[in-house]
Amino acid sequence: MTTTTAPADPEYQALPALMSRMTGDEKHSAAATSTLDVLWVLHDRVLRLDPAKPEDAERDRFLLSKGHGPMAYYAVLAAKGFLDPAELDRWSQFDSPLGAHPDRVLVPGVEIGSGSLGHGLPLALGQVLGLRARGLTDARVVVLLGDAELDEGSNHEAIAVAGRLGLGRLTAVIVDNASATHGWPGGIGERFEREGWAHRTVDGRDHEALHSALTDTRPDRPLAVVATVDSKEQ
Amino acid sequence: MTAPSRTTMRDAFVDTVDEALEHDPRVSVVLADISADRFTAAAERHPDRIVNLGIREQAMLGVAGGMALTGLRPVAHSITPFLVERPFEQIKLDLSHQGVGAVLVSTGASYDYPTAGRTHMAPADVALLDTLPGWTVHVPGHPDEVTALLRSALSGDEPVYVRLSEQENPEPLVRGPGLREVRRGGSGVVVAVGPMLRPTLAATEGLDVTVLYAATVRPFDPARLRAATLAAKPNVVLVEPYLRGTSAHVVDEALPDVAHRVLPLGVRRDRELRAYGNTDEHAATHGIDAAGIATAVRGFLDART
Repeated sequence: MTTTTAPADPEYQALPALMSRMTGDEKHSAAATSTLDVLWVLHDRVLRLDPAKPEDAERDRFLLSKGHGPMAYYAVLAAKGFLDPAELDRWSQFDSPLGAHPDRVLVPGVEIGSGSLGHGLPLALGQVLGLRARGLTDARVVVLLGDAELDEGSNHEAIAVAGRLGLGRLTAVIVDNASATHGWPGGIGERFEREGWAHRTVDGRDHEALHSALTDTRPDRPLAVVATVDSKEQ
Repeated sequence: MTAPSRTTMRDAFVDTVDEALEHDPRVSVVLADISADRFTAAAERHPDRIVNLGIREQAMLGVAGGMALTGLRPVAHSITPFLVERPFEQIKLDLSHQGVGAVLVSTGASYDYPTAGRTHMAPADVALLDTLPGWTVHVPGHPDEVTALLRSALSGDEPVYVRLSEQENPEPLVRGPGLREVRRGGSGVVVAVGPMLRPTLAATEGLDVTVLYAATVRPFDPARLRAATLAAKPNVVLVEPYLRGTSAHVVDEALPDVAHRVLPLGVRRDRELRAYGNTDEHAATHGIDAAGIATAVRGFLDART
């Protein structure tokens, strides 16, 4: 198990039990899911989201681009009041709103339906541009991708444009478990920086480091946070 | 609005969107360099609502989806293969699956750019969009029809595809959806789509057939097709400016209880036409110039008697 500096937060400690309602695995610890800590820090301390007003125009947007393996996402949404925890028991059944890939039309608080890689970042770019055009310039858009997902060329179209346009309200979080087939010489963050993004690489299990990086935005350039986790993790 | 227009469909598109930007704050435009020069002045007035992404068609559709998710009415535009075929999964997932709409406007239909060859042809565009639920598909036959259909599309929320062409009819016929009767006869019904009306009217001159005109093919107006077919012999000819047979299934769905025959005409799907030249030569090769349509329709009607 990876060491963690996570505080003994009862809500956070409850997440493995919520996840086990979907996986049926009582041993399913936080370390078994690469995105859990990033998702938690974002939803607990960074994003302005209110389960009572999931459609509020002024809200921040969180887009889970890496839509596969969404158990940690559903657990966080349940812990934060967007989902009835009882729904977790029925996940992936025919009439359940919770699938193996999330669907925005079925789950309150879910901003995009995802599962096919390479769609979240261009959608997030469009949301930042759309919010700006509507004068909603306080809202942030945060999109979570996997490092292998960056292989998709559609991401590179969006990375270049977002950097050139200097969109400070956009944040990409790349959970890096070194799963990209051909890798990223020089590191992932370097690639974003070259395109005009600000960049921080942090331990993807360290809540304080994640919080610091995720709130370190710039007004004139998008932010990439590379959250590194153990490569053996799923 | 019946006078022949000297502007092209593409001019009508740019003018209509330019005007909509002034009075509808929801309208935005996403471009991938194509036609960006035509929106320069509008972009100076509305820098946040006109975005040229460079030659990035996947991002163009993704950005359109993201803009729609924030309540805007995005217009995405490029040459047909780059708008519909290259980013098809983005159309499927970033618009349809997210449950949001946009207005996709293509230019250069089927063999409009014959010297450019296959790379700039996408006669399967309507058939491809037909695999996704809920799309309205406009195939205008005249610039004034573009203006009317586009205005309606911009004020809505649903997914809409507007297919612009360099080929056009001498007069505008419709300002909205549905089939329009142009001629009435008893031997069968010939449906001409968009710019196919001109050669179809020439081809059916002197034939005892009903000619219906459609500038909107999804939805297809099954009620009017059915009424016209029941009022004549149940022989239906489809003359479409894109892939042959694209709308054959909607004809069958409109006539589930009527024994009928369908002759689909359009761009050949049995081989890739490797030729340059001009649009007349391509139309003739596909059998959808006036002579080809006439021969096919006469043969089809004669075969039954």
